Amino acid sequence: MKLVTAIVRPERVDAVSTALEELGVNGLTVSPASGYGRQRGHVEVYRGAEYTSALLPKVRVEVLVNEDVLDGVMDAIMTAARTGSFGDGKIWTFEVRDAVRVRTGERGASAIA
Amino acid sequence: MNMAVLAVAMEVDPQVLDPGATAWMLAASALVLLMTPGLAFFYGGLVRMKSVLNIMMMSFGAMGVVGVVWALWGYGMAFGPDSLNGLVGDPFANFGLSGLTGTIGTKAAGLPDMVFIGFQATFAIITVALISGAVAERVRFGPWLLFAALWVTLVYAPIAHWVWGGGIFGADGIIGSKISALDFAGGTVVHMNAGIAGLMLAVVLGKRLGFMKDPNIRPHNLPFVMLGAGLLWFGWFGFNAGSELAADATAALAWTNTLLATSAALLGWLLIERLRDGHATSLGAASGAVAGLVAVTPACGFVDPIGAIAIGVVAGAVCALAVGLKFKIGLDDSLDVVAVHFVGGLWGTLSLGFFALPSAKTEGGLFYGGGMAQFWPQLLTALIITLWSGLMTTLIAFIIHKTMGMRVSEADELNGIDVTEHAETAYELLMVGGSFHPGDPHGKADADAVPAESQSEGGRSRGKVST
Repeated sequence: MKLVTAIVRPERVDAVSTALEELGVNGLTVSPASGYGRQRGHVEVYRGAEYTSALLPKVRVEVLVNEDVLDGVMDAIMTAARTGSFGDGKIWTFEVRDAVRVRTGERGASAIA
Repeated sequence: MNMAVLAVAMEVDPQVLDPGATAWMLAASALVLLMTPGLAFFYGGLVRMKSVLNIMMMSFGAMGVVGVVWALWGYGMAFGPDSLNGLVGDPFANFGLSGLTGTIGTKAAGLPDMVFIGFQATFAIITVALISGAVAERVRFGPWLLFAALWVTLVYAPIAHWVWGGGIFGADGIIGSKISALDFAGGTVVHMNAGIAGLMLAVVLGKRLGFMKDPNIRPHNLPFVMLGAGLLWFGWFGFNAGSELAADATAALAWTNTLLATSAALLGWLLIERLRDGHATSLGAASGAVAGLVAVTPACGFVDPIGAIAIGVVAGAVCALAVGLKFKIGLDDSLDVVAVHFVGGLWGTLSLGFFALPSAKTEGGLFYGGGMAQFWPQLLTALIITLWSGLMTTLIAFIIHKTMGMRVSEADELNGIDVTEHAETAYELLMVGGSFHPGDPHGKADADAVPAESQSEGGRSRGKVST
């Protein structure tokens, strides 16, 4: 079982969730994030004074998957999130030891199926 | 009484009620009062998220304190009979507005005195509220209310008396009998006055922690700023056209000039921004509009529409250039009260030296055949008011600051003045909590009572309610 975490552009989130739905992924968690990579921040101007903002708004998508669909899920996120410019984000994975479905008490693979 | 007799009676007797003027002035007064909540939104959007309630409360606080002070002694000091050789009106002549409840036409022909009193109260309120922008995000609320009461008493009321109340700048006053300056709706009394007061208050109180260092000190809600600018513009029609104190052709001219100068100033500010910074900004549009409103305030009833457009476009450009000066001298005039209200008010006051139409009150400005004759009275009046307001404001602020302390502690300023001064926050941004369910004091939902499908959306109530 793996936890896939993807940092993506806010405007690509709908495309990512649609792509995962098409793969049969049953649930995901989305949260606002901010950060920077090679894109760096941006400059804003208020009444002529420049303010450099180091952090850009991003979205963190998290999804628990079983090993057999891991590569497909990562490919789907990558394809859906990509624009080809700096700032498209990152995807990484964690090994997950166990999971519980709160409503039923199911554990492991069946908890995330 | 037939209509002809009525018309003659209204012309000769100012104490006969003029229903048209009275109706318009009642509405105009409400328009001007709306400017202060409008200003609260304008300023509220310009501060950080943690200070928005406090800066809005500084405006609302002014509405509370100045309204009451105005009725008790402020009106008498501004518009009552001369005392101290015209330096100020008599605060006791009509204390609590006694003797004025049913009178008509004492100050303006055909108007109940209560309309004039109410109209002028709204001017005093917004002038105090304007000052707050210079010291945003760092002033204790209680001392601010005390400052408001003292400032309207010792600074606003005397200056209003000089210019509008028949004091030293009046026709019989020690200065007014020699030179005659023009100020239709308050370029000096309201805007230069508030601008210099804001500057001196900012000098006394010092800058915010992180000023010119912390990139997070920037406007948190530009739609609020646009909303506030829109409300200010709307209310300003009452402010300027209402200052004619009648429903007549001059009021109409003032109304249209208030539109035109503001339109031109908006464009002037955006043009400077586009050339200097590369973008026309929404904050620039809102700020330009306010700069134009400020500048046309003294001029609106005395210039023609082309004059108003010229005054506006210069105001927008000059104020856009003036906003950067505070960074050069390290003065934290937080929301640019000096650059917009003092500079815009000064330009508007001086502009009458160039653009005033010839009338019974003036030979006209430089471009209208009057030479420089009107310019020098404008400049002298502006200087005297700047000096009085600057000195008295410094004195009041210094005394309050040294005795009570006007600033919040460093810790409170960093934590956010909304929480520490008012025990409130403006926004609920963390989408957590809301776990309360009826009938379950421990926060665990009763599975039998609440179906599983309906548990996903909790209420937004936060924390515990203590009584």
